[in-house]
Amino acid sequence: MAIYAPPGEAGSVVEYAPRYDNWIGGEWVKPVKGRYFENPTPITGRTFTEVAQSGPDDVELALDAAHGAAPAWGRTSAAERALILNKIADRMEENLERIAVAESWENGKAVRECLAADIPLAIDHFRYFAGAVRAQEGHSSQIDGDTVAYHFQEPLGVVGQIIPWNFPILMAVWKIAPALAAGNAIVLKPAEQTPASILLLMDIIGDLLPPGVLNIVNGFGVEAGKPLASNPRVRKVAFTGETTTGRLIMQYASENLIPVTLELGGKSPNLFFADVADERDAFYDKTLEGFTMFALNQGEVCTCPSRALIQDSVYDGFMADALERVGRIKQGNPLDTDTMLGAQASNDQLEKILSYIDIGRQEGAKVLTGGGRAEMEGDLAGGYYVTPTVFEGQNNMRIFQEEIFGPVVSVARFDDYADAIKIANDTLYGLGAGVWSRNGNTAYRAGRDIQAGRVWVNNYHAYPAHAAFGGYKQSGIGRENHKMMLDHYQQTKNLLVSYSDQAMGFF
Amino acid sequence: MERVAVTEAAASLLRELTAEHGPLMFHQSGGCCDGSSPMCYPLGEFRIGASDVHLGDLDVELSEPVSVWMSRSQFELWSHTHLTIDVVPGRGSGFSLEAPTGQRFLIRSRLMSDEEAVRLDAETTTE
Repeated sequence: MAIYAPPGEAGSVVEYAPRYDNWIGGEWVKPVKGRYFENPTPITGRTFTEVAQSGPDDVELALDAAHGAAPAWGRTSAAERALILNKIADRMEENLERIAVAESWENGKAVRECLAADIPLAIDHFRYFAGAVRAQEGHSSQIDGDTVAYHFQEPLGVVGQIIPWNFPILMAVWKIAPALAAGNAIVLKPAEQTPASILLLMDIIGDLLPPGVLNIVNGFGVEAGKPLASNPRVRKVAFTGETTTGRLIMQYASENLIPVTLELGGKSPNLFFADVADERDAFYDKTLEGFTMFALNQGEVCTCPSRALIQDSVYDGFMADALERVGRIKQGNPLDTDTMLGAQASNDQLEKILSYIDIGRQEGAKVLTGGGRAEMEGDLAGGYYVTPTVFEGQNNMRIFQEEIFGPVVSVARFDDYADAIKIANDTLYGLGAGVWSRNGNTAYRAGRDIQAGRVWVNNYHAYPAHAAFGGYKQSGIGRENHKMMLDHYQQTKNLLVSYSDQAMGFF
Repeated sequence: MERVAVTEAAASLLRELTAEHGPLMFHQSGGCCDGSSPMCYPLGEFRIGASDVHLGDLDVELSEPVSVWMSRSQFELWSHTHLTIDVVPGRGSGFSLEAPTGQRFLIRSRLMSDEEAVRLDAETTTE
């Protein structure tokens, strides 16, 4: 057990600067209008740094730098780019603990997740795309005896990326690594709730990239995000967030005729078939952990298993054991390595979760445990904490249909296989799902029948690179976390070459 | 009879935002991160289409009411609840106009009575 000192206090492994400018052209650049906004930690509610409040002029500066850097960067060999990505990974690994504590402080998540998941996965992501781009090949087709079609991958040029606040560094790296590997220059806007940890990361890795290849502009969506997303000087926009902004980004993209990739969330079902309870063994214990995964990252995960569907014949016993497991969740200071459940990322997020708990009760869902704000003591009293909450209800209730983005799971029963799949698919979204069964045939069929881009079978919340991640239905467009993401950041150049001396004969 | 209402605090913020940005509209979001937030835009910024439902118009003592929209598929799941747009301190993502003010529009919901639901189903128009 260890409790990290808050960044900036005596004994802390990391310190934030009191103020951050934008990272443009390989250096810190003050915002044109000289405005900054305060950045509070959700752990205590108190401000710990301030960050550039950028506007359209700052976005243009960043795009100038990106366009200046993109041609040369796009001509580097895959080997050169891979080497840089690997150096970034190495530098992050050397500073893992600093980055992890900084991210926990900014986002409120339990530091054990930053140490064991977020930052190691981000490091591995750079290494994965370093390898993937080295191994990438174009293809050639022999059209006839004298004609060959060559296909080359070429970078798009300058791309815009808008990052969410739930995994401030990992979600940024999911977008940065493939875009850089593919040879693009980037203008990236972090979320306004978590703008600083990525800037702290740039202090650590910024010197490894040629100036202008990666530019970071902070500010509010309407002031800095929109000028980026609607800018005719970007060749692609990548966004993770929600549906209305996703539609708006597609609307802007339609005006510029550019592609988008969107990850817009879900309402992921977690299916437990009766046979999981056949034995009281290690696998049964694993399924109980799988149920409890709704609390990972305070539920602030696009694939939060926030609908648990349990087969009727084992429902009562399973739920008794599951609630016992939920009761063992240790909530507290996110900087304590024993803490499992930290703070929600912002006050408005806290308010939103409480409003859902309210409508859940009104709709007649039964609170089996939790159901309110967690009152903390001392420095944590001003932070944003919610007790792990389990509702029992019906799939047509709003708490079963909307991503609450809190440590809240809504539980329902199903009769048989057909009923399970019907309920699982009765949602607007299709990002993630879980299937738990000792029967391989059942697990396989359910995995194929659920309309979602990622179905975990007998596990949940694993995010290894090389496993594609993205949504069906209203959950978005595109697949991250896999080498196929390179395609989303590349053009295909076809050279159609004739090796014949003979005229075609038309004229 | 209305499906959507507004608190005085939210109405006051809407008047401030109108002074700066002109006439406004809401589109109710879904999905992750800031999903479930009512997103406030300059009128016409967000392109409404056949996939949207007009929930109502908020009278906040401006020359034009503030129209509120939601996608039809989401409406099918929300139509049994009455919505009130409120505001809380916070910092939302997305391109909603209030974010730089340090406030965030928030949806509060209550169940409608059966009588309300029947009458509103007949009234709700799609544009």
